[in-house]
Amino acid sequence: MSDSYKCPVRTFGRGIHPANDGKSLSRELPVRRAPLLENYFVALPQNIGAPPSWVVKVGDEVKKGQLLATPGGKVSSAIHAPTSGKVAEFLETPGPTGAMVSTLKLTADGKDEWTELPPPLDWKTASREELLQRIADCGVIGMGGAAFPTQIKLAPPPNCKIDFLVLNGAECEPYLTADHRLMLEQPERVLTGAAIASKILGNPRTLIGVEDNKRDAIDRLNRFAGEYGVEVLVLEARYPQGSEKQLIYALTGRRVPEGALPAAAGCVVQNVATAAAIADAVCEGKPLIERIVTVSGEALMHPENLLLRIGTPVLEAVRLCGGIREEPGKLLLGGPMMGFAQKNFDGMVWKNTSGILLLPPRLCVQYESTGCLRCGRCMEVCPMNLVPCSLASAAESGKMDLALQNNVLDCLECGACAYACPAHRPLVQHIRRAKAEIRKMKKK
Amino acid sequence: MNTLEAAVLLMGVTGGILGVVIALAARFFRVAHDPRVELLIELLPNANCGGCGKAGCADLARAIVAGEAKPSDCPVSSREAIASMSSLLGIDPGVAEKKVAVVRCNGDALHTKVAVNYNGVSDCASAALVGGGPKSCNYGCLGLSSCARACPFGAIEMLKNLAVVHPELCVGCGKCVSVCPRGLITLVPASAQVHVYCNSPARAAVKRKNCASPCLGCRKCERQSPDSFEVVNNLARVKYSSGTLPTPELVEAIGCPTKCLRSVSGHLEQERKEAHE
Amino acid sequence: MPKGDRLVLSSSPHLRTEDRVSLVMLKVLIALAPTAVVAIWFFGWPALRVLLCTTIFCVGAEALWCAMARKPVWGTIRDGSAMVTGLLLGLNLSAGIPWYGCLLGALLAIWLGKQVFGGLGHNPFNPALVARVGLLIALPAMMTTWVPTRQMAAQPETEYTRVFYDGVTCATPLGVVGTTPKVMGRTPEAQQTFAAVDNPTALKNYFWGNLGGSLGECSAAALLLGGILLVIWRLINWRIPVAFLGTVFIITGIVHHWAPGLTPSPLFHLLTGGVMLGAIFMATDMVTSPMTRRGALIFGAGCGLVTSVIRIWGNYPEGVSFAILFMNALVPLIDRACVRRPFGYVRYRGGEESK
Repeated sequence: MSDSYKCPVRTFGRGIHPANDGKSLSRELPVRRAPLLENYFVALPQNIGAPPSWVVKVGDEVKKGQLLATPGGKVSSAIHAPTSGKVAEFLETPGPTGAMVSTLKLTADGKDEWTELPPPLDWKTASREELLQRIADCGVIGMGGAAFPTQIKLAPPPNCKIDFLVLNGAECEPYLTADHRLMLEQPERVLTGAAIASKILGNPRTLIGVEDNKRDAIDRLNRFAGEYGVEVLVLEARYPQGSEKQLIYALTGRRVPEGALPAAAGCVVQNVATAAAIADAVCEGKPLIERIVTVSGEALMHPENLLLRIGTPVLEAVRLCGGIREEPGKLLLGGPMMGFAQKNFDGMVWKNTSGILLLPPRLCVQYESTGCLRCGRCMEVCPMNLVPCSLASAAESGKMDLALQNNVLDCLECGACAYACPAHRPLVQHIRRAKAEIRKMKKK
Repeated sequence: MNTLEAAVLLMGVTGGILGVVIALAARFFRVAHDPRVELLIELLPNANCGGCGKAGCADLARAIVAGEAKPSDCPVSSREAIASMSSLLGIDPGVAEKKVAVVRCNGDALHTKVAVNYNGVSDCASAALVGGGPKSCNYGCLGLSSCARACPFGAIEMLKNLAVVHPELCVGCGKCVSVCPRGLITLVPASAQVHVYCNSPARAAVKRKNCASPCLGCRKCERQSPDSFEVVNNLARVKYSSGTLPTPELVEAIGCPTKCLRSVSGHLEQERKEAHE
Repeated sequence: MPKGDRLVLSSSPHLRTEDRVSLVMLKVLIALAPTAVVAIWFFGWPALRVLLCTTIFCVGAEALWCAMARKPVWGTIRDGSAMVTGLLLGLNLSAGIPWYGCLLGALLAIWLGKQVFGGLGHNPFNPALVARVGLLIALPAMMTTWVPTRQMAAQPETEYTRVFYDGVTCATPLGVVGTTPKVMGRTPEAQQTFAAVDNPTALKNYFWGNLGGSLGECSAAALLLGGILLVIWRLINWRIPVAFLGTVFIITGIVHHWAPGLTPSPLFHLLTGGVMLGAIFMATDMVTSPMTRRGALIFGAGCGLVTSVIRIWGNYPEGVSFAILFMNALVPLIDRACVRRPFGYVRYRGGEESK
């Protein structure tokens, strides 16, 4: 039937495969562009690193794609207006993690007029610096979740020779299908972005890893991949395959050294959605103001893959999907394994929001945790080869130095251990606290 | 040689050798000890609360003798104990004002909505990492009693998901200050009878939405008594370092519109009452 | 539109496996079932009485402790660990144990073996073994009075079955072997005594379970079946029983080869006494065994070594319980010695691909 079936199936070993992967809720649904809404709420530090600073004030009229905030440092990223309208006010709202952030309320004027965009670049002839500058100007950041400014990631330290550009199409998080639909519907956008990134990095081998539960996307990508010099590799579906280090290991067999960036292993990883955003920025001059978001979950009436502008309120996204089927037991921004539970519906779409999930109460059972049985399942599934149960018990009893000794800082917080624990221990929360306290101690 | 002789000989020789080893060890590995350290340890409370910032009372005693610390660095010891320690060392006792902790929040479950069911580790530092904690206010007391567990003197009581300090039990060791992830607890002079029970720098509208009794930064207290209060970042503060600490009578006179300016006893009474509702 | 009044706030991950502690314990009980059934088949109703007594007393002891310690009683019993301990304890006792022996054992197992350390997951020693060894030391006569199987009792009095006025007792094959060299020395007569208990017919009997001893020691076949179930369900680390049995086989094999008058054949050692029960169900207890693969091998081999040494040279005919308890005590050290290197620990060298 197709070539993809002949490819060797790769994986990183360990990890888990949740029985309920929830992808069937939205897998078959084409991406729908959301209609223009009345208000958008753009939060300030969309990126990880230094926060940008606002360049507009209350009452300003802005056009779609106009700069709202300029980067506030080297590791920082610009923010643009999702539509044309008026800056209504600046608010303080809690972000997905609960930290308070400065938020701009933009009232749409309904015209949705573009500002004057920078001219399209011919990526084949443009210089590396031009391309990087364009990507920075358009506010492209890692859309898989890390929100790291892309221009920094594409400019690794000069002493690291980059042999591989790895595109992350694994989408190993349950429920999420945004990347899947993107690869299926717009493979050329993804591949163009990959080719641009590859050019910036000096044309390393470019691989795109896709899990084998997305055969249709693999076939579509394979049809075009040759033209762009990209190899499509099939991965065995396994969580957390989309984590940088695990993906690199599965695709290239290289291990990223402990505590180092992937560049140290000669690799750069980009999410497929980021690649598409790079293509938009370079070929059309469009800044990153919208993204595909999987709005799903059993508590939602009609799960969908929506093309939402950055700053769309969560409640509006729920409304666009026909409201709820039952009162949700959990609202998550991101996937169910690493996403953040919200305490109200006041949140909004960020550049790295890949999913809005409404889980029904039956999946949000108030679990009771019992003592650790030392069964070792957390250890078996840990992608970083740690011993989560002993890290958690060290953190629980306040022995942060012991946790540090046992490499707690290498933990990805992927949640595979807590998923597998038969005693239902809140392993990730304990580890997270240990990491937070160790970082606090190190700062001192 | 019969068994008895063998046993006596064996034990004797072993004992002799070990005795020599111990004698040599005592001679070569001797650590010079200042006898005053032992005396100071006896005078210190030996609660090992860590309030002085040293690793327990013995460590503080060593530091005092070494001249790195003063007897008054012990927040727990009474004035008399500090005086006798000072006279032992022949130094000036120094004036240490007794300090007590205060939790600058009045967001009990009646005032601040407990927004969601929190399901996780019952510990403030852990809960603060999850979506900003279960309460609607992201700056207030999380109510999971980490400070009450940390207090070696049992001076913190949980009343309807709010930590309240009993000043008469508090010795000002500061253990609670470091465990509060929200930084709500500060050490204030024990003579201060009035505090602003709010620590949220958010704007008044946000605070009003999240809490029934926040400091709105209305400056009413500052206008009435500029010597005692200042408003910074939408938040009134008592000027603890100024000479004029506000009195409970002044609180009555000001009449804080949200009742978050309270006297210590009034706060305790109010929270007690609400806890029994 | 959602109201958001049922939202739950919790740390990621938000999906969890369906597996539970009670499910784990249920699976262990199922794996123990063949052994229990075989024990009842061979020893008759007394065996059922002992198993019921220990199980009920263990659950009762757990409930009593939780009630006294103001822990949730039902919440603790529900996980089924007390039932597993009770059943294991019963399988470690002789069919002739009186009810008060079972009660004392249950109290030892649950209170001294488990709850004083903080309950399930915190106990350093296997609770059932704590009880067995405690009883063995406190009440040696009661613990070493073995009842023959129904099939053995039906036969005329043999070398190691004796009829007393109030019943029949027997010696275990290990008991016979354990006392022989001490009574007779390493003589050809001793080897003859060995041959009486260590011959193909006898070994076949031992494999299927027709021998005197503890309830759980009788049938190697049933124990192996349970062990296979546990390995399939991934409840035990297969390395522990393999290392345990392998070490016993190798050491007794070597000694038997060089000094046949000192100890019988390795097969005899594997099929008699508590080696199978210990290797498959007791040493593999998750709480009290190492978690790493390397640690499991060391632990299993250590158990096998101590067992063999006690059996061959020790004063006790049987050493499995002591061996496992001894190695339980070493588990923290083993865990410390077998540190896992985090992913990416191997320093990456140069530009070439590494495996």
